Amino acid sequence: MLAVLGVAVSAAMLLDMVMLATGMRQSLRSLLLSRGFQLRVAPKGTLPFDTEATLDSTSALAARLRANPDVVSVSPVLGGHVHVRPRSGDGAALTSVALGVESTVQGDYELLNGGDATADDALVVNDAFLAASHRRIGDSLTVAVDYDPQLRAYAGTRLMRLTGRARFLYLAAGQRAVAMPLATLQSLGGAARADRSSLVMVRAREGADVERTRLWIERTFPRSAAISTETAMRQVDERLSYFRQLAFILGSVSLIVGFLLVTTLVTVSVNERLGEIAVLRAIGVARHRVVTQIVLEGVAIMTVATPLGLALGLMTARWLNGILAAFPGLPEAIDFFLFQPSAAWASLGMLAVSGVLAGVYPSWRGASQPIATTLRQEAIG
Amino acid sequence: MNALTIAPGAPVLEAQSLRREYRMGDERVVAVQDVSLSIAAGEYAAIVGPSGCGKSTLLNLLGVIDRPTTGSVRIAGRQVESLSDAEATRFRLLHVGFVFQRFYLMPALSALENVELPMSEAGMARAERRARASELLGYVGLGKRERHRPSRLSGGEQQRVAVARALANRPSLLLADEPTGELDARTGTEMIALLERLSADGTTIVVVTHDEKLARATRRVVHMLDGRVERDEPVR
Ligand SMILES: Nc1ncnc2c1ncn2[C@@H]1O[C@H](COP(=O)(O)OP(=O)(O)OP(=O)(O)O)[C@@H](O)[C@H]1O
Ligand SMILES: [Mg+2]
Repeated sequence: MLAVLGVAVSAAMLLDMVMLATGMRQSLRSLLLSRGFQLRVAPKGTLPFDTEATLDSTSALAARLRANPDVVSVSPVLGGHVHVRPRSGDGAALTSVALGVESTVQGDYELLNGGDATADDALVVNDAFLAASHRRIGDSLTVAVDYDPQLRAYAGTRLMRLTGRARFLYLAAGQRAVAMPLATLQSLGGAARADRSSLVMVRAREGADVERTRLWIERTFPRSAAISTETAMRQVDERLSYFRQLAFILGSVSLIVGFLLVTTLVTVSVNERLGEIAVLRAIGVARHRVVTQIVLEGVAIMTVATPLGLALGLMTARWLNGILAAFPGLPEAIDFFLFQPSAAWASLGMLAVSGVLAGVYPSWRGASQPIATTLRQEAIG
Repeated sequence: MNALTIAPGAPVLEAQSLRREYRMGDERVVAVQDVSLSIAAGEYAAIVGPSGCGKSTLLNLLGVIDRPTTGSVRIAGRQVESLSDAEATRFRLLHVGFVFQRFYLMPALSALENVELPMSEAGMARAERRARASELLGYVGLGKRERHRPSRLSGGEQQRVAVARALANRPSLLLADEPTGELDARTGTEMIALLERLSADGTTIVVVTHDEKLARATRRVVHMLDGRVERDEPVR
């Protein structure tokens, strides 16, 4: 029973490591593709939202993009920060991430309830914002941008209405966020932000060659860089390679531990039954049949242990995911451990193969003992 | 089937100048030497002698479990001392039945399944081996215990299952090493009676034993001393 548990633990560990090795990449990928935008256009030399750099002449750029027959939809986004006063009088102003979007094509948030940011003064916010500002949907509030400490004044302010509650896909769980129409955020910033955007998301037609479209964008707009999901993934892969190596090493270790455990188990059980094995051989049972029988018993242990390990592995993964999700600055939707059936099958397969291999040697050795000598020793012992 | 092909009185087993040495480091232990022995079909013989005189070693040589250092063994017309391991295994399965002092049944299998084991190894069809196993258990008086695991059987009953198992493939020869060694007086007597009945029904039997009563129940006693046959005489 203890043995089963041991094998289960090593199976769980292996599964977790396989999940870790593939999960983060997969979930990032599906996050990037969650709204179907395969391309992101940003100012050259930056990653989206990495800096304050913006694209100018956004409407012209968007129009050119829309004119390309391979492009289905175009969603410009302007990122920034806004400040609001909390409801309870004159506490310090609250700062929040702000996104200017075109609500009909945006791919940044998921509206949970209420109305979308269609009207000029409409504001969609997340739970973290609601909690910190003590506001409710329907409330009006003044948002301000660009506090100038010298002038002790904001560059722009506007009275807005809170119309909806949303979950922002690319933000961390605790991060406050608001979304408003792109034009509103642009005009709040005055001339400096007119017709600007941080990023333009582009969805290519199904079946279109995304890479070709990407190259076309870079050629057409030399001051911008277009990043496809694939290139983004490549960059992510580079950054994650350390993670995957770690997962690979720990996974291998747990596989080896499982292997040694099964070898030990089978060795012990064979040594306990040397007499039984010798008698089987004496009455004419072929060696390979004895080996098969013992290996099958090992496989039976594995069969019992594996579902246990699977359950254990999933539980651990969820627990670790919970811890890691609380990491500041990571999008809420990123999973470090992503359960994929293929990963489960892969670890199951590795486990089964190593289990059988681990069982073969000790059982072969046990079945190859000289029969007469073993019987004699057993009779004395 | 094999037993029937050999006419009563013709030798089932012929051993010529058997010698078996064990090497223990630099020392050589001679367990069996100069043993020539012929066992006729239907014969019932005992091998007796002091502990360590080579009885078990000889029995293992006769049963193709062990290989002689020199000499030859012929069983049912087949030269067996030079068979490969796989061939020897197959030969034992089909031609030699073994009963050991410690019964050594498979603990996870029922009495019936234990008896079926050699038959399934020999490739006999399921229904046929079921029927034969059942018949054999009936023969040794355990018809009602077919479903029982060895752990639920007494020593005497386990040894009778072992006898049934040894007979499964109708061997030319039944070999038993101290079959009453682990049994008390009463169950020992029952085992002796069973072996006598087998012998009366035509089975060729060689037993190694310390048990006077068992030796006296046989037709022929081979006395061993220091690895040699010292005396070989019929029982009056
Ligand atoms: N595998 C072995 N290695 C070394 N010596 C052995 C081995 N098997 C048997 N011998 C030696 O051979 C001799 C005969 O042993 P064997 O077991 O045949 O005697 P036995 O007559 O059956 O004794 P017992 O009545 O105690 O069973 C003994 O001296 C024993 O020590
Ligand atoms: Mg002995």
